[in-house]
Amino acid sequence: MRHTISVLVENKFGVLARVAGLFSARGYNIASLAVSETLDPQISYMTIVVEAKDAKVLEQITKQLNKLIDVITVTDFTKKEYLDRELVLAKINYAPKDKARLEAIFNKFVGKIIHHKADTAIIEAVGDQDQISELLQELNKFGIKELIRTGKLAISN
Amino acid sequence: MIGARILLESLKKEGIEVIFGYPGGQVLPIFDQLYDFDIKLILTRHEQGAAHAADGFSRATGKVGVCLATSGPGATNLVTGIATAYMDSIPMVAITGQVGTHLIGNDAFQEADVTGITRPVTKHNFLVKDVKDLARTIAEAFYIASSGRPGPVLVDIPLDVQRADTEFIWPEKISIRSYQPTYSGHPGQIKKAAKLISASKKPIIYAGGGVITSGAHLELEELAQKLQVPVTTTFMGLGGFCGTHKLFLGMLGMHGTAYANHAVMEADLIIAVGARFDDRVTGRLDDFAPGAKVIHIDIDPSSISKNVRVDVPIVGDAKNILQDLIAEIKKLPDTAQWLETVENWKKKHPLTYKDDTAMLKPQYILEQLWDLTRGAAIICTEVGQSQMWACQWYQYLTPRTFISSGGLGTMGFGFPAAMGAKIGCPKKEVFNIAGDGSIQMNIQELGTCVANKINVKVLIFNNGFLGMVRQWQELFYKKRYSYTSITSPDYVLLAQSYGAVGMLVTKRSEVRPALQKAIETQNTVFIDFRIEPEENVYPMVPAGQAINKMIEGLA
Repeated sequence: MRHTISVLVENKFGVLARVAGLFSARGYNIASLAVSETLDPQISYMTIVVEAKDAKVLEQITKQLNKLIDVITVTDFTKKEYLDRELVLAKINYAPKDKARLEAIFNKFVGKIIHHKADTAIIEAVGDQDQISELLQELNKFGIKELIRTGKLAISN
Repeated sequence: MIGARILLESLKKEGIEVIFGYPGGQVLPIFDQLYDFDIKLILTRHEQGAAHAADGFSRATGKVGVCLATSGPGATNLVTGIATAYMDSIPMVAITGQVGTHLIGNDAFQEADVTGITRPVTKHNFLVKDVKDLARTIAEAFYIASSGRPGPVLVDIPLDVQRADTEFIWPEKISIRSYQPTYSGHPGQIKKAAKLISASKKPIIYAGGGVITSGAHLELEELAQKLQVPVTTTFMGLGGFCGTHKLFLGMLGMHGTAYANHAVMEADLIIAVGARFDDRVTGRLDDFAPGAKVIHIDIDPSSISKNVRVDVPIVGDAKNILQDLIAEIKKLPDTAQWLETVENWKKKHPLTYKDDTAMLKPQYILEQLWDLTRGAAIICTEVGQSQMWACQWYQYLTPRTFISSGGLGTMGFGFPAAMGAKIGCPKKEVFNIAGDGSIQMNIQELGTCVANKINVKVLIFNNGFLGMVRQWQELFYKKRYSYTSITSPDYVLLAQSYGAVGMLVTKRSEVRPALQKAIETQNTVFIDFRIEPEENVYPMVPAGQAINKMIEGLA
């Protein structure tokens, strides 16, 4: 099962390696990882999506994260309410005649064309995991040439 | 003041009088400062020896041990020693030189990414890029190493930082917002534990190294006495409970006593204190102590419910929690019948060995050593059969008298660790119980011992085999002794060539006089005991079995 964990860490060199090392040493795969500074530039915020086969593994992950000296707090969103978003950049096959079809899609999803050439367009879209996967199905009909995702960002509500 | 000097002044502030190390290109400024500074450096013959010596010093004294090495190979040679300390939660600070900051990442001569290499085997590590951060970093390193669940911390100091000049400002108090260990136990959890204890009929205390780290041995004894509960310890817990106490069952697990294993398996309550349910203790997890509720006292939350399901976890310092728990228990459990059962196991399944051949038996040597020293000595060990015999056949009466690599099982640990222990406790007699395999892994430290008059006594149980592996091959691989037969040098001549004293013992009648002579000798002593080549360590729980499914040898 996929779990979303947020981690507040000291914004120092090497911290990302410590967090990543904790997962790799135990053979846990990180599904996505997003890191950035917070309002306090000395602190960074990580949103980690991880595959954990049971509650015991998840408990060890959060305990081991807490054990790292540079980790300030760990929040496991499994049992908490939270909102999540992901930003997607997709390069798709595009011809001017497709504009109307795309705009119809963007009535349903948060997204827009941020750049286009004669035969390709770059789409920017934001949404939760369900919205993103639905959107990608729609875009697939045009043919996705390249896809880049930020990974999930999560915030408690 | 230059960085190298700041480092030494900082170590002095931490109360360090002796460190273990080896020089090299990227620590020249530090060694230059050491030349006339009042911290003594013990020059080992290998950096690995320095790391184990710092570790042994720490285990014997409870203080933070310090080792120092140059960049690249100097630092990588420390790694086994650091990992050994990490697995056994030993407070240690390792200082390494690094190439100049402008060269880092440049594949410079003797450059290695030491903070990267040691990240998984340290509690924390630092690369100091600015001399202004140096004093505070050293203070933080000592604080992190010695607080909470202790462990090794490495500080990597580039050459230019050692040379750079700044004011020495020592932080009197260290507080790290992201690191706040819990020391006192939750009162609600302690109440719950007390209730479980009062209601139990077949309780057992299972104590680990945490008892020694936290200095909780007196509280442990008080609890056991008050409740009249039998006590077993882990390998790391030996010495945490008096080895001759009538409630003591010895060590449990793979090579534990049969009665400790039976008692744990039959118990209805396990009171775990500073122990982590390691696989060598639990055997097959699914079968472990099926009828027992578990109270788990540990300072490291990640140790709780990691292997065994816990009913009442109590996070905090063992000493504090045991004090509170003793005060909280109002109704004592009635353990008379349980103690009788345990006593019967003791009678029925004692530790034993056959002493019927002309060959020397290692157990006999340890019995004689016990008789001559009666728990007053510090016993260090290497790893393997000799180590397990030392657990079984010597009684440890007080904490910090048994020093051995538990978690990592590092061959070559015992001899340098014994040096460190002797430096830390010069008035105590320090022995290293070694096999002929392990002793050859750091035998170069004979030079360090003799040069510094570190009079440790090395008892080599020489059976011509890598004995523990041979034992497994005998029992589980049809006696196919694949590469486990090993030759030795002439240990007597070898010791003599270094200026130490060497003795050869082949007969039973020579054992006691040789040990006596070793104790009286003011020099490093090697005794080459030619023991029964195929003697096995029993009892033994085969890997992956429940711990009451023992091979008991001769019982």
